Amino acid sequence: MDISTIKSQFPIFSKKINGKSLVYLDSSNSSQKPKSVLNALDYFYRNEFSNIGRSIHSLAVKATNKYEDTRLSVKNFINAKSKEEIIFTKNATESINLVATTFAQKNIQKGDEILITELEHHSNYVPWHYLRETKGAIIKFAPINDDGDIIIDKLKELITSKTKIIAVTHLSNVTGTIVPIKEIVEIARKKNIPVLVDGCQSAPHIKIDVQDLDCDFYAISCHKVYGPTGVGVLYAKKKWLEKLPPYMGGGGMISEVQKDKITYAPLPEKYEAGTMPTAEVVAFNESIKFMQSIGIENIIKHEKEITNYALEKLKKINSVNIVGNPKKKAGVISFTIKGIHPHDISTIVDEEGVAIRAGHHCCQILHSRLNLTATARVSIGIYNTKEDIDVLCKALENCRKVFELK
Amino acid sequence: MDLKQLYQDIILEHGKSPRNFGKCEKYTHQAKGYNPLCGDKVHVYLKLNNEKNVEDLTFVGSGCAISMASTSIMIESVKGKSVEVTKKIIFEFLKMIKNTEEINFKDLDDDQKTKIMSLSGVKQYPMRVKCATLAWHTLNSAIEEKKEKVNTEVID
Repeated sequence: MDISTIKSQFPIFSKKINGKSLVYLDSSNSSQKPKSVLNALDYFYRNEFSNIGRSIHSLAVKATNKYEDTRLSVKNFINAKSKEEIIFTKNATESINLVATTFAQKNIQKGDEILITELEHHSNYVPWHYLRETKGAIIKFAPINDDGDIIIDKLKELITSKTKIIAVTHLSNVTGTIVPIKEIVEIARKKNIPVLVDGCQSAPHIKIDVQDLDCDFYAISCHKVYGPTGVGVLYAKKKWLEKLPPYMGGGGMISEVQKDKITYAPLPEKYEAGTMPTAEVVAFNESIKFMQSIGIENIIKHEKEITNYALEKLKKINSVNIVGNPKKKAGVISFTIKGIHPHDISTIVDEEGVAIRAGHHCCQILHSRLNLTATARVSIGIYNTKEDIDVLCKALENCRKVFELK
Repeated sequence: MDLKQLYQDIILEHGKSPRNFGKCEKYTHQAKGYNPLCGDKVHVYLKLNNEKNVEDLTFVGSGCAISMASTSIMIESVKGKSVEVTKKIIFEFLKMIKNTEEINFKDLDDDQKTKIMSLSGVKQYPMRVKCATLAWHTLNSAIEEKKEKVNTEVID
């Protein structure tokens, strides 16, 4: 596989950052976009745009078909059973909020428990916290060990007759831990507890098969999957989408509206109120095609190679401490350098055109658990090369120089 | 942009070994500051005497080189000064960081001026301005006896 050909599909890499070639190591935050996605956005607005699902004219039919094409692609991408199980949202955050809000209406009473983990991003904690405030729910955190793996036995112990839902990430955006979702779902099944999976980090980097995982809900942010911002996906088993109430009310999600009665549209429209980010959804189809053109197996193989190379090289730099050492790890590496704060690291490497993230990465629970206030994070995308890692390591050596570390 | 402008020797030195670190005895005012974006924390302890002079001022906290150095330099600049002058220096510092105009800092001696001016390079780095201003907002909050924690996302 020729990465330079893949990289050349991303226009941003022809730009200079601080006079240097861009070394983009912040894909966990958001990925860059290939030309095909940008062209699709532009093409759709120029040639095929109109509002979907409402009008009868030719353009509306065309636009609706394109929008629905993406739904079918997403269904195939994550191997859902049917198109009706794919709901478009604003992002994974909205997907999780949708589930937390609608699920809670009938299924969460005072004293009921929601089980999440210490690995979670704030977006898979705060929506549940609302239920603590509004419904008197109790949130429990399945602990992790120092390697960054969820202690499954402890998770099991935390399940009680009051546990109403388990919400867990598929891939940690700090430690890169790949969570054994199947194992957790099997545990939950025995107690008849639904499982929501935050698939934000996993979707662009590992194979997703929601039928095989057997999870009830799966949330994706398309901008992390080489797609446009403003689009997210919620996969949910049909039985849930049929049973749960609608989330937002408005146009497009109704069947019949009368003064004393409203009935809702069938799936998936029931959950897509108002005008959706139509062009972005249409363009996201190209992101999936982009990933499929490379092949998920090839993506995994390449990113593994770059991740291992980065780990090896980073460990050789004096006073670099890598956060966590999970059993199965994807291309997310958080680290600290003794004597230099992560924000200072980020500012200094930025001077060399290297984009990394510094801070708590929206995971304050995890950082507290690991006794850290902030970390620097390198995250790998399909376009990253060993040369990128070499530039990063040289820039990190420069940090040590600026701070006069030995 | 030039890294040397940001990471001057004075800043690196104060960042590495901030002065007046710890909780001073018999403080009369205190305030906490927090930058939710990066997790920087600062807790200032201020002791005002009967004449309303800064008799002692210390801090406890953690953060990047810029925030630690800025806190350390701030304390050195205002210690021994009256509350009124302290407030004026805080005002001038915030103005220096946010605007391009030259500030005279008439109430400071030459050494203090050099140190405080060394922080002016931060304005070239908009994402780092809050690192430099956190302690100053927090000290102001201590003087004003504000009850709420300073949050950089709310004040700047």
